[in-house]
Amino acid sequence: MALVEAIILAVLAASTPLLIAATGELVAERSGVLNLGVEGMMIVGAACGFAGAWLTGSIFIGALFGIVAGMLMSLVFALMTLGLAVNQVATGLALTILGIGLSGLIGAGFVGERITPAAHLAIPVLTDIPLIGRVLFGEDGFVYFSIALIVGVWWFLYRTRAGLILRACGDNHVSAHALGYPVLRIRTFAVMFGGACAGLAGAYLPLAYTPFFIPGMTAGRGWIALALVVFSSWRPGRLVVGAYLFGAVTILQLHAQGWGVGIPSQFMSALPYLATVIVLVLISRARTGGSTAPAALGTVFVPDR
Amino acid sequence: MQLVLEKRAERSNTIALVSPLIAIGLTIVTMVVLFAILGKNPLLALHAYFIAPLTDGYSLQEIAVKATPLVMIAIGLSLCYLANAWNIGAEGQFLIGAVAGSWIAVKTQGTDAGAWVLPAMLVLAAAAGALYALIPAICKVRFGASEILTSLMLVYVADLFLDYLVRGPWRDPHGFNFPTTAEFDPVATVPLLIEGGRLHLGSIIALLVVAAAAILLGRTIKGFEIRVVGAAPRAARFGGFNANQLIVLTFAISGALAGLAGIIEVSGPVGHLQPGISPGYGFTAIIVAFLGRLNPLGILIASLFLALTFIGGEQAQIAMKIPLDVTKVFQGILLFYVLACDSLILYRFKLVFSNRQVSRGAG
Repeated sequence: MALVEAIILAVLAASTPLLIAATGELVAERSGVLNLGVEGMMIVGAACGFAGAWLTGSIFIGALFGIVAGMLMSLVFALMTLGLAVNQVATGLALTILGIGLSGLIGAGFVGERITPAAHLAIPVLTDIPLIGRVLFGEDGFVYFSIALIVGVWWFLYRTRAGLILRACGDNHVSAHALGYPVLRIRTFAVMFGGACAGLAGAYLPLAYTPFFIPGMTAGRGWIALALVVFSSWRPGRLVVGAYLFGAVTILQLHAQGWGVGIPSQFMSALPYLATVIVLVLISRARTGGSTAPAALGTVFVPDR
Repeated sequence: MQLVLEKRAERSNTIALVSPLIAIGLTIVTMVVLFAILGKNPLLALHAYFIAPLTDGYSLQEIAVKATPLVMIAIGLSLCYLANAWNIGAEGQFLIGAVAGSWIAVKTQGTDAGAWVLPAMLVLAAAAGALYALIPAICKVRFGASEILTSLMLVYVADLFLDYLVRGPWRDPHGFNFPTTAEFDPVATVPLLIEGGRLHLGSIIALLVVAAAAILLGRTIKGFEIRVVGAAPRAARFGGFNANQLIVLTFAISGALAGLAGIIEVSGPVGHLQPGISPGYGFTAIIVAFLGRLNPLGILIASLFLALTFIGGEQAQIAMKIPLDVTKVFQGILLFYVLACDSLILYRFKLVFSNRQVSRGAG
């Protein structure tokens, strides 16, 4: 039973950065902007988050550093794609290349340093309940926040007027513009929200997942988050399922290596990436009768006046 | 008062010509600021980056050696991007090509295999790279899966596969447990152009690739189809061009070129298979393709420029202790400026004075 509990805890921890980053990207894509720079924003968030926490000794300030770093990165992206009408795919790639370089530069001084990782919730009695106690009442703050975040985003997108307008921008920017909505401004906010989430997701890695920073520690999680948004068919509910499934695959391969299954460790490590490819194929194939993607996703919009 | 974009009546050819130069200029200005922040003398740093490598013969050869894989990969990528197919997994195709070619080198090691070894390695590497690139291409045309994400995911898979081989079955038994194969035999090595130098036959192959791409794009119907499918998909449909077939074709060509670049790098400058054979050639080639405006000749020039940043970065690290990551930052910023300047080919800025804000806002 202790093993089951340990596995559930590990799955939650591995899923949380995917869930946070994918939630942000979902909002950006729902407004019609495809930001492929999630990996770059995450890795800069990781470096800045660790720097912030190490300098101030506060995990909370570290997380704020990560959020701000992600937002600044996304602002550059917004300036390019929304302000200058540059191709979103190419700009996203540029953001990732830049982010990997920047994070190496920022994090270079912190490699080898350690911090005290984010504290876990501890409620007397409740946290001590066998099996479910630590899973429900003993997580770190990021895990609870990620769940609140996705619920909040669902509520925003489907239950508020602003959310409806945001989705309208993503489905038909010409109509939204004709109705008088400031499409570019709304998209800028959506992209910045995505950047903040990616930065926070990146900061989660050195602040809670491992208590140290290593260059390239996001290891493709930003790209997996992008795939998760496709997997979810741009719906928050399915995104949660997808994120936890992927977290489970990650943990499964780690445990399989521990059990000494006779498969080389590199093959097991390749599993999350292969799973992403297979899932993308299956999900794209299963969709009959047109795509579920926001109709204006990734297209350039220059308002005519 | 507001600054807004306005579509030009027709694309500006002047800006199309000068935009890469403006981009490089803006990047250098940004780098001066970055060097100053890092506490390094900007002028000395720029000298180490851009002038010093051009002043001695060894570095000049080294630039050509580094440009070789870049130009080969970028030519392939440019075909994909022209056809509006987004292959960003060239790094993986490069690694798989290196692995496939090395298989022959490893298996013939110490035998009296003849001159057929190297050509066989090149052919097998190109075939393996093409097959590896076909995975995302076929997932795209058959199932509609995003080729961007699948091709990128396969980079990590290729990286891990190479890692497994050199730590497991292919590890050099006399290599003191380092994760590397034994040095390739002379018959499995790309010959040098000048004895004792660094330039090798791969650079000639790269030039042939540039020429072939220029002919393909400028003089053949296939090249025309590739350009039309990307630039005007509707017109291409009316013309009866098969967009899916072109996606498969361009992916296969770019995979083959990346695979070829991989084996040339391994059997040439490196000499054996080991992890980390590429300092991100597959990703830097994306920048090369855009900086070269997706044009074969432009790509040749752009590859030399980015190779210069690799060599300059190494020299700046040795001479001034400037971190190697600065090179990556430099390359990322350069791509941003290139894309931003390209926007001015189609649009121009206009100052709008009348504040005609629509009052029905969001809320």
